Amino acid sequence: MVEAPPTDIPDVIVIDNVSKTFALRKDNSLKERLVTFGRRGRQFKEEFQSLVDVTFSIPAGSSIALMGPNGSGKSTLLKVIGGIIEPSQGEVQRRGRLAALLELGAGFHPDLSGRDNVYLNAAILGLTREETEERFDSIVAFSEIGDFIDTQVKFYSSGMYVRLAFAVAVHTDPDILLVDEVLAVGDEAFQRKCMDKIREFQREGRTIVLVSHSAAQVMDICDSGVVLRHGEVAFIGSAAEATKVHREIMEGKRLTRVDAEEVAARSEMSIGALRVLNSVGEEVQDVNPGDDIQIEITVRHEVPHRHWGTTFSIDTPSGQQVFGTGVRRLTGDLHGPAGVGETVIRYRLNDVAFGGGQYFVNALAADANGVSVDTLWQGARFYVPMSEQRTGTVHTEAEVLEATPR
Amino acid sequence: MNESAVVRFNRLAEQPLGSVTPTRAGFRGFVRTAQDIWRHRQLLGLLVRRDVKARYKDSVLGMLWTLINPLVQLGVYYLVMGQILGAARGITDFAVYIFAGLTIYGLFAETLSGATGSIVANAGLVKKVYVPREIFPLAAAGSAVFTFGVQLLVLLVASFTLGKPPLSVEILYFFPSVALIAVYGLAFGILLSAMNVYLRDVQYLTQVLLMLAMWASPIVYAWTMVGDVVNRFHLPTWLLEVYTASPLTLAVLGFHRAFWGAGQPADFPPDLLMRMGVAILIGFVLLYVCQRAFARLQGNFAQEL
Repeated sequence: MVEAPPTDIPDVIVIDNVSKTFALRKDNSLKERLVTFGRRGRQFKEEFQSLVDVTFSIPAGSSIALMGPNGSGKSTLLKVIGGIIEPSQGEVQRRGRLAALLELGAGFHPDLSGRDNVYLNAAILGLTREETEERFDSIVAFSEIGDFIDTQVKFYSSGMYVRLAFAVAVHTDPDILLVDEVLAVGDEAFQRKCMDKIREFQREGRTIVLVSHSAAQVMDICDSGVVLRHGEVAFIGSAAEATKVHREIMEGKRLTRVDAEEVAARSEMSIGALRVLNSVGEEVQDVNPGDDIQIEITVRHEVPHRHWGTTFSIDTPSGQQVFGTGVRRLTGDLHGPAGVGETVIRYRLNDVAFGGGQYFVNALAADANGVSVDTLWQGARFYVPMSEQRTGTVHTEAEVLEATPR
Repeated sequence: MNESAVVRFNRLAEQPLGSVTPTRAGFRGFVRTAQDIWRHRQLLGLLVRRDVKARYKDSVLGMLWTLINPLVQLGVYYLVMGQILGAARGITDFAVYIFAGLTIYGLFAETLSGATGSIVANAGLVKKVYVPREIFPLAAAGSAVFTFGVQLLVLLVASFTLGKPPLSVEILYFFPSVALIAVYGLAFGILLSAMNVYLRDVQYLTQVLLMLAMWASPIVYAWTMVGDVVNRFHLPTWLLEVYTASPLTLAVLGFHRAFWGAGQPADFPPDLLMRMGVAILIGFVLLYVCQRAFARLQGNFAQEL
């Protein structure tokens, strides 16, 4: 039976005026505390505001990223949502079942077998024994642990350890999944499996709250983002805009709170979209060596521009640039006049020779003087299939020549 | 939006929003916590099993170690205290007497020292997900009960073979004794586990206090000897009353009554059962107070660990 969707999507998490103050103590032993007892003790206590009046709600089925520099309070906020830390002021309300992927495998006991640990960890995440038994085979299959399930966990490789922990967490049927930068686990094949599972979760209407530093991961998973700065909400909006604000804060450019409208209206020119196309203009995910591809940049002009430029670059996941070019480099000139509205620029790359792996595309729009106006980091990505015959980021045909005695 | 998403949204829309950290103030908070722990009883069981299973993993003698320690203690006290120092002269079936006391004291000591370190030892879990944190000291108590069970078997065997078999209604003193230790062990255990998060000195202090507690209860000497000392030095008699009112003393006396068949009515204080009952009631009040203190302290566990 197909149910009708609810008229409006319910909120699963409502964060209302949440503040959190920590007291940092510098004296940690009984002796020090006795010595500094009473009034003198005050000076050994330092107040630290980790969260300041944070208010927002998360609707069901959305995937939201919490971003911000180190110490901005994003992990604290995640823990407040998870009920692990009590807020000093305000309240978090929640509905539905919650599972946390915080510090994977924290609940594992090294001396117990994988099987015992699965039951224990599942119970910690709120499954009953019967539910765990029902899902046990599926958990083992997902983790790819196989016969090692009855081996003590201390003999596991670190990859096996996190795989098992991840498998348990995703089998708890949560309505809300809290993720703290732990998605990059295991080998590449398993990472793909994790991502597939996350996408399946999204299709099933589960809510994902992700804490991450990685713009690529946020763009990949989330549809919206919250940027925190010194415990305050600096920005709430779409994931693409949030990553932009996050980067600006990281680079020290942005010191005040910004609104979503402001970000959109700020510049006279902005990059709307970035796509990787094949030679006939269809969007592609996989690129093979020898293919001809096109990079398509959509630029939105708020005012007409007589001269303007674009550049783009291609990076590996670790941020190593492998290719970059732009209109000025290629032609010595800029793009021609553009009116208000969207203009599409395509660059063709012939006979590409990227080595196997994942690549991200960044684009930049500049005004007539070459001053950068807008940057879209990791706006598109593509994958080059791995080859057993070679490694690295450059593809070139190679062969062994017969040994010749000298 | 696919179908399972729609079903999920409709289900969620019907659920009320609930506070992530509901207030746990006052008596309602105590009841709420108790209900919360009851809901997590399967987890509690698994945690106890984990502790027991992991403790003697990879040791050749395994479970036997739960016996070796008290048996050696028994041997030493029997020989040194009983025979060399002469405490045994006033106490018939001295071996059973000592082992009865050591068994119930062992339950208290293991509960308290296990519980005190429990939150710190489970830091990974405390920081990972929300479960009622009282569950960790409770699990420590659970694994202490397991050790206690094994020692109890030995005590039964010993009392049947070495002394006068404890085959009278007196054996029912077992229950108030264990209840006393359970209530006081949990009350102090919960409080100390929370304090230990903020001040790690607590776990060492607990060891010292446990040692004092052992010598302050009639385990290797008789309760009557304390009375003799009070008389001999013309000390005020309320000292004996204070000594007797200690819950550990009462529990040990109750255990002697239950398992030490050679005991005579004169070996025990009058109205032992009533004294135990009063102590248990006070213990419940203490448990409530300690849990309240725990509830206040637990808010910042995740940062302090």
